Amino acid sequence: MDVLDLARWQFGITTVYHFVLVPLTIGLSTLVAIMQTAWNVTGKEKYYRLTKFYGKLLLINFALGIATGIVQEFQFGMNWSEYSRFVGDVFGAPLAMEALAAFFLESTFLGLWIFGWDRLPRKIHLMTVWAFAIGSLLSAYFIIAANSWMQHPVGAEYNPETGRAEMTDIWAVLTNNTTLVAFPHVIATAFLVAGTFVAGIAVWWMVRHSRQDKDHADVPMYRTAARFGAVVMLISGAAVIITGDEQAKLMFEQQPIKMAAAEALIETPDGPAPFSLLSIGNPAGDDPDSVQHVIEIPGLTSFLATGDWNGEVLGVNDLQEIYAERYGATTPDGEEIEYRPNLLVTYWSFRLMIGLAAFSAALSVAILWFTRKGRAIDQPWMSKLALVSLPMPFLAASFGWIFTEMGRQPFVVAPNPTGSDQIMLMTMFGVSEATSVADVVISLTTFTVVYSVLGVFWFLLMKRYVNEGAPNPEPEEVSTDPDRPLSFAY
Amino acid sequence: MELTLVWFILIAILWTGYLVLEGFDFGVAMLLEKVGKGDKGRRVALNTIGPVWDGNEVWLLTAGGATFAAFPEWYATLFSGFYLPLLLILVALIVRACAIEWRGKINNDVWRQRWDWVIMGSAWIPSILWGVAFANIVRGVPIDESFTYTGSFWTLLNPYALLGGATTLALFLSHGAIFLSLKTSGEVHERARAVAKTMAPIALVIAAVFAIWTQIAYSVAWTWAAVAVAAVALVLTWVWGNAGSYGKAFAANAVAIVGAVVLIFGSLYPDVMPSTTDPAFSLTVDNASSTDYTLTVMTWVAVIFVPIVLLYQGWSYWVFRRRLSTDHIPEHGGLPTLRMPKKVSQ
Repeated sequence: MDVLDLARWQFGITTVYHFVLVPLTIGLSTLVAIMQTAWNVTGKEKYYRLTKFYGKLLLINFALGIATGIVQEFQFGMNWSEYSRFVGDVFGAPLAMEALAAFFLESTFLGLWIFGWDRLPRKIHLMTVWAFAIGSLLSAYFIIAANSWMQHPVGAEYNPETGRAEMTDIWAVLTNNTTLVAFPHVIATAFLVAGTFVAGIAVWWMVRHSRQDKDHADVPMYRTAARFGAVVMLISGAAVIITGDEQAKLMFEQQPIKMAAAEALIETPDGPAPFSLLSIGNPAGDDPDSVQHVIEIPGLTSFLATGDWNGEVLGVNDLQEIYAERYGATTPDGEEIEYRPNLLVTYWSFRLMIGLAAFSAALSVAILWFTRKGRAIDQPWMSKLALVSLPMPFLAASFGWIFTEMGRQPFVVAPNPTGSDQIMLMTMFGVSEATSVADVVISLTTFTVVYSVLGVFWFLLMKRYVNEGAPNPEPEEVSTDPDRPLSFAY
Repeated sequence: MELTLVWFILIAILWTGYLVLEGFDFGVAMLLEKVGKGDKGRRVALNTIGPVWDGNEVWLLTAGGATFAAFPEWYATLFSGFYLPLLLILVALIVRACAIEWRGKINNDVWRQRWDWVIMGSAWIPSILWGVAFANIVRGVPIDESFTYTGSFWTLLNPYALLGGATTLALFLSHGAIFLSLKTSGEVHERARAVAKTMAPIALVIAAVFAIWTQIAYSVAWTWAAVAVAAVALVLTWVWGNAGSYGKAFAANAVAIVGAVVLIFGSLYPDVMPSTTDPAFSLTVDNASSTDYTLTVMTWVAVIFVPIVLLYQGWSYWVFRRRLSTDHIPEHGGLPTLRMPKKVSQ
């Protein structure tokens, strides 16, 4: 393997790992803030206990999320310095804004929230958790804006003198139409993840308690949490579908070859393009002609792409020719450029994203049904369904990212069909020149080992704390007495 | 003033914020066992930075992000060139965050001790390596005409750079010891005071040698002023530390760190990364910077957000202003073991 392949593996591993944790932080911080607000408003003890219970899980998760996020900020410079030189004028701005406007807010107020239970008046303390939640949402916005610029560069022009992309309009970068559909999609996913997490754990506990004792005192509390989580899942699930559809339509315009690959649409069909439910054939993508469609829904892809059941959708082979003509057929070394992304990965990651997210939808409907009119859930199979559903939206989110990033290949900055043809960058030209194979092997191995070890502890701690259930402490009394012990200490 | 100069100064300010704030975080963490002597003492020390360490670390991410936005070529050359040291720093920061957050989650001595070793080790590594990195930037490294670093890992381990590493290490140890003296009472306070007493003159001597070497070999005349201020500040740190005025001593040590940053950035300007291959290949504030448009946008962002950040971070320090002693440390809150309890029959 060369530096390029290794650096791509490293980016893939570190980013997917990071983004397994982040949606939970983003979604759960807001849900915990809502729980604490409910406690402040109603004074009911169950909301306090739920805040503490899910708050602790949030913190265990946040630690690893923030730790793995540090790498993201520097990895562009380490492995992708040529990319950084090309895009820095545009791409650096949202990253710096994220740190200044969002990350400071998130981190500082998290410290105030963890340690401030007995130090701050309740309303002020409630404000700190909201500031933390808003910080994490804002943070996502800037990161999505940066990523969307790689998917659909706007607000910049190419400077032939420096050979770099240069920003001409920050407002265009921050209101990129790709950002405006991707951000709601990512946030809705984060709430789907967090809603499933809250509801899944609550259902598991509800079943466990009800099986032992129908009138267990904690059952109503977990029922509240389960219904809360289910409602969040239902709303965010609908939002995921709507925003996903919007995004797909936009992608058919902005990166048609990615979407054609997602549908394993090899040749442009004569009539309406079908939606493939199962396709088999050459997985590597070097022989697209061997792909066979086994089950498909006629016309659906045309409808999804264009809003018209008979709309024309181009296949990857025709698009390859169009791309080659517009962006060049060969590299400077004379090698033919493959514009078709890896079909196996794009086709299946797209389907897994949709299929796995459907699990949550099923769970939320089941929860709302079985808890109707004051009922509690005591069916053991519901407990199993809840546990099986927990990882599904995490995986769906990861497959969504794998799809959108792998589907953009061979570009790291995909050309904007209606923008400047010079503002694009092939992934192979973005990799660092100063970096050797040994460097990347060392860092790839180190990150993989460190992340694996920390991942094991993360899982064990989460599992252990879930298994402990909601604690039952007295709410802290607010005091400024300097001699009182800390209400929380590491 | 030229926007590139504004951003050169702003990057220096962000690094100052980082080194002053995470400097004492690292110092406290390095001294955990030394001043703690046992779990309760270690908890006193760790919880002095408990509510603030995470916010302090964001200064690094901001400095990194701002360098990317304002000087993309600098960002690209620096982090692809200083690859392995940066990797070590990143790994240290990763395990550190988990160690601090997770050490109290399981109420078990072995569990806590192991994470405490991680907390200590992951503070020593960056405390040394940041000095090594900055000294190498000042000294210059081999860079070719396409702004690509052509040296190796070993290029970075030269005597001057190692002295730079010793300087940040000594400054951070002293900084952390003074911070602990200021923020604790009881036995932890006594031990921190003793460390501060020893470290202040050591930091003064090492920093003085480094500053004079920098001044003579790499710098310009006006930065003698920064050297002088830093030297006076370090003497005052020592004097005030001995007199028990830890607030003043802490401020003086912070001023010394500011002086060090001014010396480093002052000696660099107008370069941001001098090339030892050929001065013509050096990265400068002009050839490494973003366009005026981007710099203008980022200036507005910085002008609006930096004061807001300072305000709420200042407030968080005020909220947690009281001194800690072993009497303030509550019972362990963690669960008894990581192992699952015996399953209760359903």
